[in-house]
Amino acid sequence: MTVWWIGDIVLIVVVVPVVIYLLNGVLKEARGIVPSVRQIEAAAAAGSKDLDSAALLLTTQEQVRQTIETAANYGGSLDVILDDAT
Amino acid sequence: MPAAGVVLIITVVAIVLVLVYYLVSTIFALRQITAGLDDAIGAVVEIIEKSKPVEEIVTSINMNLDAGVDLLEGLLVKKAGMVDAIGLVDGLYPGAGAEGFRNFPDSGSTKAPRISEVYTKGTLTLARLGREAPIAAASPGGGAVLRNVPGGSLAARSLYPEVRQTHPERMPRSPVIGADSPVQYEPSDEPGVRRRRPATNGEGA
Repeated sequence: MTVWWIGDIVLIVVVVPVVIYLLNGVLKEARGIVPSVRQIEAAAAAGSKDLDSAALLLTTQEQVRQTIETAANYGGSLDVILDDAT
Repeated sequence: MPAAGVVLIITVVAIVLVLVYYLVSTIFALRQITAGLDDAIGAVVEIIEKSKPVEEIVTSINMNLDAGVDLLEGLLVKKAGMVDAIGLVDGLYPGAGAEGFRNFPDSGSTKAPRISEVYTKGTLTLARLGREAPIAAASPGGGAVLRNVPGGSLAARSLYPEVRQTHPERMPRSPVIGADSPVQYEPSDEPGVRRRRPATNGEGA
């Protein structure tokens, strides 16, 4: 009978606090991850939205091509009009 | 049942209840995490899809810009000469002359003349066309330099009509036009042909 009581005391004094401590730690950490995941979610959504304007790069590409083309034509004319330095 | 057994059972049940509470709470937290990560993964996939053509486009833009830089650098060096070209670049962007031109590795060691102190920005271009600047002394056209270096910025005034350089107090006013103008012209019969005005006293037939 004494052994049973000792077992009960060990269970109540040692096992229960340890189990509660460990489970509480796991739950606390799991709940701590949730806000971080929310922030990652918001950042990824904002990043995706920012890239909506990436399609405008096609316009930039065309504008650059036309600008360089114009500069090349202008440079060709200058090459004919102006004397070389040497 | 002995009292110790009852206490044992109660303790085990309590432990199970605690386990259930904490494990269920943990499951809910993990479900929230899973849902959040699913959304984040969806957004990241969008980012990947949207940024996929960026490299190709930016590479193309850079190629075009590289070609433009090669063209303009080559033209500037060809027409102005290395020294003046470096001086012009350094005058417009102080310090840039030390970096030199990309396609002329030795250009960085060229000592840049202080062109910006002598010429206005547009004058260097005109200098290649005539003898308005000292730089034109080396021009194939030859001839004496017409530009006064100390008063370099004033020399550009000679490009304007002589009347304006005398700084008259009053310049002739612009002609008055419109319905109330003192001189009225009748509309022409056809473009470019003005209707002959009737002869007045004192004028020839």
